Amino acid sequence: MKTKGLRILVNIAAMITFGTLGFLLLFILIKGIPYVNLDFFSKTYTQQNASVLPSLLTTLMVVAGSLLFATPIGVFTAIYLVEYANRKSTIVKIISVAIDTLAAVPSIVYGLFGFLMFVTALNFGFSLIGGILTTTIMILPLIIRSTEEALIAVNPSLREASYGLGAGKLRTIFNVVLPVAMPGILSGIILAIGRIVGESAALIYTLGSATILPTSLGQSGRTMAVHMYMLAQEGLHVNQAYATGVVLIVIVLILNFISTKASQHLQKQ
Amino acid sequence: MHQKKMKIENLNLWYGDFQALYAVNLDIYENQVTALIGPSGCGKSTFLKTLNRMNDLVPTARIEGKVEFDGQNVYNPEVDVNELRKKIGMVFQHPNPFPKSIYDNIAYGPRTHGIKDTHQLDEIVERSLRQAAIWDEVKDHLDRNAQSISGGQQQRICIARALAVEPEILLMDEPTSALDPISTAKIEDLVNKLKENYTIVIVTHNMQQASRISDRTAFFLNGYLKESGETRKIFLNPEKEETENYISGRFG
Repeated sequence: MKTKGLRILVNIAAMITFGTLGFLLLFILIKGIPYVNLDFFSKTYTQQNASVLPSLLTTLMVVAGSLLFATPIGVFTAIYLVEYANRKSTIVKIISVAIDTLAAVPSIVYGLFGFLMFVTALNFGFSLIGGILTTTIMILPLIIRSTEEALIAVNPSLREASYGLGAGKLRTIFNVVLPVAMPGILSGIILAIGRIVGESAALIYTLGSATILPTSLGQSGRTMAVHMYMLAQEGLHVNQAYATGVVLIVIVLILNFISTKASQHLQKQ
Repeated sequence: MHQKKMKIENLNLWYGDFQALYAVNLDIYENQVTALIGPSGCGKSTFLKTLNRMNDLVPTARIEGKVEFDGQNVYNPEVDVNELRKKIGMVFQHPNPFPKSIYDNIAYGPRTHGIKDTHQLDEIVERSLRQAAIWDEVKDHLDRNAQSISGGQQQRICIARALAVEPEILLMDEPTSALDPISTAKIEDLVNKLKENYTIVIVTHNMQQASRISDRTAFFLNGYLKESGETRKIFLNPEKEETENYISGRFG
């Protein structure tokens, strides 16, 4: 009797979860798909077409740019924390607290910091580089933490085997530990990409919301999430906002698919 | 008469405040199998790991005394620990092949020490696998992931991997404790063959194994080396009462 009751409860919870998600997806798809047309992918944005293409490309640029900075810094920080630093030392504890705090900071705070630091103090203005640096700081804790966990999860006996053969620390880390940890690191990077793609608050105040496709690091642009926000806020192209949502969802699905395949491929090796 | 390959003098080891080894003196003879026996936690594995400085990896470990290898104390500051571990190889309790192909597992050590030539690597891989008596079983799928084969095969891959860097001494830390009886028998045969070319120190929990495969035996208890000598003598006519009690299964 008791188990039956629990079962019903569990089923209801699952139905609410899937139901909400399904409704949300369907709602956006139904509202948006009719407006995903060739016009919507025009090379330049105009008042008439509200084209998503410049913002799509800008999103890719911001993602690529921040990963370029955040991945090496984040992965090497994690390697330092796991493989080199004494885990009980004060500096490691301070770094840990800093990482956790950064991870919990709301994105609007990053936006404000980026605005004050990059846009005004460093005088970059609303710019691609300002947006990229802001999202870099934002995703660093994510990449550090996931890399750290992936490194810790590597079986210590593999390290022993490598040292036992006379391999040094560098060779052990790069040839034994990192390849094993790669799927975990990769999933952290994918999460980070997801965060950038979905980010609006931190970018509105740093990257800005220009409708053009930036052709230099100093130019302003808008990511898809910002594009969506602006369209909805202006109220003239609400349908195109939904269509942007459709494109965003498709991109996220593609990313997830690629990451799953990549980590499967890595695990097979 | 076999020559002394290693000479351990007055070796003490602490993990933090806990002393794990007390004033151990032991000689390791060339081309002989030396078995280290004793109950769990007696210090035999710890002792084994001092021989190629694997205890360096434990941050709290502290060592006093001498471990001489070919006349040099391995704890001398000028000793290159990587070079030392190349000469004193190790096989661990649980098979721990890298998640790479069988070929890359064996080639890992030689590549570490600078061998890049493909032909030379091919030769080393084949020779090592033959020495570890597993060549016939794996020669047709050297590109298979070494973690996908059976535990007994994995352990022989690990032995081959250790042999590939041409060590002089092979340390084995309970290499059969995680294996089935047939795999165990194969590895015991292998140890017998390997001692022609290598000096072997093997930790074992299994008394029969020690008496079957070793030439000399050292009995550890609570961090002390209680008794050591020729295996035949230790098993038939031990000097100490504790040794006799342990060997006859009265404790441990």
